[in-house]
Amino acid sequence: MASAPTAEQPAASVGAPAVELRGITKRFPGVVANSDVDIVVRAGTVHAIVGENGAGKSTLMKILYGMQKPDEGSIAVNGRPAAFSSPADAIAAGIGMVHQHFMLADNLTVLENVVLGAEPGTLGRLDARAAGRRIREISDAYGLGVQPDRLVEELGVGDRQRIEILKVLYRGARILILDEPTAVLVPQEVDELFANLRELKAEGITVLFISHKLDEVLAVADEITVIRRGTTVATVRPDEVTARRLAELMVGGELPSPETRESTVRERVVLTVEALTVRSPDGRAVLDDVTLGIRAGEVLGIAGVEGNGQAELVEAIMGLRPAAAGRIVLADRDLTALDTRERREAGIGFIPEDRQRQGLLLEASLWENRILGHQTRPPNVSGPWINRDGARADTERIVREYDVRTPSIDVLASALSGGNQQKLIVGREMSGDPVLLLAAHPTRGVDVGAQAAIWDALRTARAEGLAVLLISADLDELIGLSDTIQVILRGRLVADADPRSVTPEELGSAMTGAGLAAGPAGRANPAGPANPAGPEAPDPAAPGGRGPTGTTGTGPPTSDRTAARPGEGEA
Amino acid sequence: MKRVDWQRTVLVLAAPTLAVVVAVLLSSIVLVVSGNSPLRTFESMLDFGIDPDSVIQILNKSTTYYLSALAVAIGFRMNLFNIGVDGQYRIAAFFAAVVGGWLALPGPLLIVVVILVAVAVGAFWAGIAAVLKVTRGVSEVISTIMLNVIGAGIVAYLIDPSRLGVLIGSQQVSTEPMPESAYLPGIPLGEGEVFGFILIALACGIGYWLLLGRTRFGFDLKATGLSETAAVASGVDVKRMILRAMLLSGGVAGLVGLPLLLGESHSYGQDFPAGFGFAGIAIALLGRNHPVGIAIGALLWSFLEQSSQILDLEGVPKEIVTIMQGITVLSVVIAYELVRRFSLAQQQRRVGAELRAAARSDEGAVP
Repeated sequence: MASAPTAEQPAASVGAPAVELRGITKRFPGVVANSDVDIVVRAGTVHAIVGENGAGKSTLMKILYGMQKPDEGSIAVNGRPAAFSSPADAIAAGIGMVHQHFMLADNLTVLENVVLGAEPGTLGRLDARAAGRRIREISDAYGLGVQPDRLVEELGVGDRQRIEILKVLYRGARILILDEPTAVLVPQEVDELFANLRELKAEGITVLFISHKLDEVLAVADEITVIRRGTTVATVRPDEVTARRLAELMVGGELPSPETRESTVRERVVLTVEALTVRSPDGRAVLDDVTLGIRAGEVLGIAGVEGNGQAELVEAIMGLRPAAAGRIVLADRDLTALDTRERREAGIGFIPEDRQRQGLLLEASLWENRILGHQTRPPNVSGPWINRDGARADTERIVREYDVRTPSIDVLASALSGGNQQKLIVGREMSGDPVLLLAAHPTRGVDVGAQAAIWDALRTARAEGLAVLLISADLDELIGLSDTIQVILRGRLVADADPRSVTPEELGSAMTGAGLAAGPAGRANPAGPANPAGPEAPDPAAPGGRGPTGTTGTGPPTSDRTAARPGEGEA
Repeated sequence: MKRVDWQRTVLVLAAPTLAVVVAVLLSSIVLVVSGNSPLRTFESMLDFGIDPDSVIQILNKSTTYYLSALAVAIGFRMNLFNIGVDGQYRIAAFFAAVVGGWLALPGPLLIVVVILVAVAVGAFWAGIAAVLKVTRGVSEVISTIMLNVIGAGIVAYLIDPSRLGVLIGSQQVSTEPMPESAYLPGIPLGEGEVFGFILIALACGIGYWLLLGRTRFGFDLKATGLSETAAVASGVDVKRMILRAMLLSGGVAGLVGLPLLLGESHSYGQDFPAGFGFAGIAIALLGRNHPVGIAIGALLWSFLEQSSQILDLEGVPKEIVTIMQGITVLSVVIAYELVRRFSLAQQQRRVGAELRAAARSDEGAVP
């Protein structure tokens, strides 16, 4: 990646605070998005804000950029208190935002894009010469290398990003917010961006850099603030932390509360995934030769930094994404050729990562949402007809059993808070006797009460023999609920961990590619070179020492994998 | 629970009431501005509109409009904009008329065949747009508009006496008239009779209500319209749904020309009316895609059109009615959106209150 973080010392503490956020709290119905956030950003520095998706970073930035108003707390810019009611106010105060998705008109020139909305000139006539001059000045001053006369459609992603940055500077911003700027860039462009950021910093611009990629943050930031579950947990300097420590701060290092200790794993293998490969539209393997197995009563946790193939794994098993190669077998039945509905009917429950997009019809009532995904099964239907009474009665049951807080089952799903929406989804997906549950971030963005309820539901179902594939960015949750943990990195399963002994920091380091064996205590369990035992034979010699009922040997999957890939790590 | 239902009823009625009030107010302003007395104008329109002859005309026209709006509404339910109902009913009515004029069958059987042909042709014509959308991603808005023009062209080409048409008198070109045995009998009402097809239109309305509100297919359709991503995750094959919904919409569109064809004209002439499809879009909006709402909308639309005929005699330009129709649609759309937002906000408040109450009662119960 870019040059070493220690190559240039941050401007020590000479920078006066450019932005001060004090006690910022923002509530949405039923959910607290930010609570008591304190951040001080010194002028002329690159300040990174890291946290998992859903930790509250974007809400915080929307508050700072005037898109949302905080319920409590204060903002000060350059020492003066500020209250923004729209982005225009923020821009006037010298704050500019570069969005993750570019907002450029392809068929206009760079110049036209930059001046759009702030055109110089008189009486509606655009003074292109003056604008071009100013754009060149800014470009030269900050080393952006932007040519004002090019058409945007001819430019690459990195250039477009520089235009976005220039656009913000053109409007007089001295404080830049970059929202996940590297998400769309290839490594080389990332290096260029970081060079630009250093230049900006040298010219006295303050940069707020939002990311969840730890190596990048360590490479470019002068200070790093970590946000978890909506609140600031620490502010650190890159030379005093490691990627592992940051990961731990991000996902929570406390001892797991969702503990499930006595094993309920049975012999029977429920799900077998063999050599599954999934390609992105451009042909890249986003899931590469993944093999795994889950038994009845087992929770298999997948640990990984977001974007390493977890979502694709879930979608491929659900049939939402075509598999380029490999097989998916559910209890002796080959699902590979079946569509999503047939897979659901075969007994797969699905808690999607994005509940509002994939899990709910927001503008339909709760009882109609009960039918969603179960359109072909009782009690919702009889023959081709919808069984309203059946669906309604069963919705009442879910509301009761899963403690969904709602005045009635006739309200629209959008009226419920996030936690209650999620409880409804969990209740629904547990209905109809599923044999396998795919749970992607089941407690993301829900309040603590709902989290506990969802954990309870998962534990109960597991005890009854449900097989669960658990994806979670919350390592405490993952360690606490899982019987087995596998680490996914760049679309491959790269390591096994025993949730009974692994610590969040070890897991965090394995997720960044350093490998479990590098963990300080060395307690983690590389799967070893081979596990020849078949799926029906638990491996008595499993390194976790679990004995005959052990859950470390998940069957065939472990055989073709090396645990730690020393070559791939960069931490 | 009782209170909730009561509140719901008020909300359901609030939107149309608001819309009517706004529409009457705005129309009055237009009338005043154009130098006419709103009261007198409305009064003479009402007088003329409830005249027995007018009532028959209104019911006949409503039958046509109702079918057209149902066809549009099927697409609307899943965010498909079938702008092509106009082309679909014309080409369907044309081929139905051709078959009706050429086939020698006993009357009732011929009527059934004519209806089936119309449905099939309408579905086929809409199906072209569906296939283009599913396979090539072509927006159905664009393709159906183009198919309207193509359909009109094909009909104009084929209706030539050297092809499928015949010459009636010295000027009129039309399809071969259907035998008298295949005239669909009317239903006597007062002095006259209304199109017998009104019963089939009613059956379509009931079928629409059953299919969309009570079946799995209807649920999948609604789910796809509300959130395609959620529908896909629930196992709906969206492409297949697009195909089915378009075929269904086109099939119903095929019926639009039949009340006229079977009840009055008995052949498809060059003067066969166009534009029912576009009225259908407005009426589907008016009726909020609900079968009863659409019926009311169709009646209102026809009433305005029928009663406008008196306006010329009163010295009021009858184009004023077109303005009134436009205002009504706009008021309805806006009123429903306002009420929808209001009711969502209210639901959220109630859920919030419930949550807070519950949180107080089990404080500390959560680990």
